[in-house]
Amino acid sequence: MIATPAATLRGTGVPRAAIGVLAVALFVALFGGMLSPYDPNAFNGIAGMQNMPPSWAHPFGTDGLSRDVLSRVIAGARISLGVGALSVFIAVFVGTAWGAVAGSTDSWLDDLLMRIVDAMLVIPRVLLLLVLASAGPMSPWKLALALGLTAWPPMSRVVRAQVRAMRQREWVLAARALGATPTRILMRHVLPGVMPHIAVAATLSFASVIPLEAGLSFLGLGVRPPTASWGNIMRDGADRMLDSWWMLLFPALAILATVTAFNAVGERWREVFEPHQVVR
Amino acid sequence: MLRFLLGRLAQAALVLALAVSVVFALVRAAPGDPLSGSALDATTAPATRELLRRQYALDRPLLKQYTHFVGNALRGELGMSLSRGRPVAQVLREVVPNTVLLMGTGLLIGILGGIALGAWQGSRDNRNSATSARVARMSERLGLAIIATPEYIVATVMLTLFAATWRLFPIGGMVTLGVHEAMGPAQRVADVLWHLALPALTLALIVGAGVARYQRTEMRLVLSQPFIRTARAKGVPEARVLVHHALRNALGPVITLCGLLLPSLVGGAVFVEAIFAWPGMGRTMVDAVTGRDYPLAIGAVIVSSVLVALGGLLADVAAAVADPRLTRGRR
Repeated sequence: MIATPAATLRGTGVPRAAIGVLAVALFVALFGGMLSPYDPNAFNGIAGMQNMPPSWAHPFGTDGLSRDVLSRVIAGARISLGVGALSVFIAVFVGTAWGAVAGSTDSWLDDLLMRIVDAMLVIPRVLLLLVLASAGPMSPWKLALALGLTAWPPMSRVVRAQVRAMRQREWVLAARALGATPTRILMRHVLPGVMPHIAVAATLSFASVIPLEAGLSFLGLGVRPPTASWGNIMRDGADRMLDSWWMLLFPALAILATVTAFNAVGERWREVFEPHQVVR
Repeated sequence: MLRFLLGRLAQAALVLALAVSVVFALVRAAPGDPLSGSALDATTAPATRELLRRQYALDRPLLKQYTHFVGNALRGELGMSLSRGRPVAQVLREVVPNTVLLMGTGLLIGILGGIALGAWQGSRDNRNSATSARVARMSERLGLAIIATPEYIVATVMLTLFAATWRLFPIGGMVTLGVHEAMGPAQRVADVLWHLALPALTLALIVGAGVARYQRTEMRLVLSQPFIRTARAKGVPEARVLVHHALRNALGPVITLCGLLLPSLVGGAVFVEAIFAWPGMGRTMVDAVTGRDYPLAIGAVIVSSVLVALGGLLADVAAAVADPRLTRGRR
């Protein structure tokens, strides 16, 4: 049976609100330039326009340099979600390859690969990212690479466990009996069955990478200003949170909404695909 | 038990050695000389530059650099901090106890509170009063909201509410500057505790929300098992059923989880320390990175990996104490 992606989504009963939030986020990230009321980097008047609370002209207020916060949140969506998407893609690619190789062999290679994964998981991810950030200013591309290269270890564990379980299934034994090469067995008979688990891990990874990227920018070590990301808008407002709460609230809400939506999708898929591991 | 301990210890040592290699590989894989973007800009004296190159053996072949790096790390030879002009090991020896104090307090309150809260939430259903079931559900939603909120936002909100608005706690730091030195011993302890309260509670809130979430799932699972029904049928008091029969059996996975949470907690502590200006390892790390102090940053990563590995070891031992079956056989 061939299921379209839309039918698969309906079939798994993912909450509509989560799909709605993600659709809006995707739309804003792609076409934000057309929606944005102001230039996100333009100063809207030097005197008197700094730190203005939300008003009709500036629904999310203005920041300390009189820039429109709504326009910056919209522009930040593209950076935050783009960096997140690219890093999840890298993590899925590396994690799947790593886990598939480890899961397909019973030799010392499996032990070696998985001990390296253990080692990666011992190093606190934020600290590792900070060291990578110390090499110099980060472009969004480099940031995505750094986030992706520190996100794959948990994914490779999932893939390895599933590949290992899948190798005992009848159709894989049948394929082997028919003389299929190990590569063909892995690509055609094993990995397609692992896909749902990869999808769950990727969704949850997306939910963890967005606040992480924002956190690095919040510390001033992620995306370089003046490029807007949800994290560095908050950084601009964090010092004066009492008088300019809007600079923290609106990007924080954007992060919270997308993270909760990704988590809702991931958790729901996990209920469907991995019913034994659900935590409520 | 002894064999289990020794085996687990050997595993931790191996993982740590590999972790040092991973740090080396990632740092070297980053484009350019690891020092080119850091302290070695045009203003660095040629002598300093030469010293650093020799310290990291950057003028040698890659394999030599690797053995040099691992050897230094294993001997605890972490080099000189560029921004503080002192050995990295000495700087870290000062800040690590502060982090352990903050993390230890936060973890203790968070884990114990989370287990208690989760066990309570997991034992509430409509057989108990409808009100307590409703309160439990509300606290579950609040917990999920805290889990979904990034640590630095939780910390900023706590700081703004309790320190800036209501002025119940100091705004940051570990001691009252200028006054602390003049205090008596008892007052000094009180001063540190007063500064510790808010960041530790923030960490406890983040940890507790996560622990409670797993504890209540586990509790529900155990409460649905036949031996609980047996205990109730025998007339064991409900409180004893919950604590002695159910909670003890529901503890194992949560203890293991605490070990697994540790790396992300150290990460979370970075934000909490940076926001509350707590002079611990996380804040030192942020300072080192913004100040392009490469040796200090590398040293902090290695030392915190050791702390995480030790914490994981501790969690495994604790889980084995709670469930002795774990000491037998692999996994």
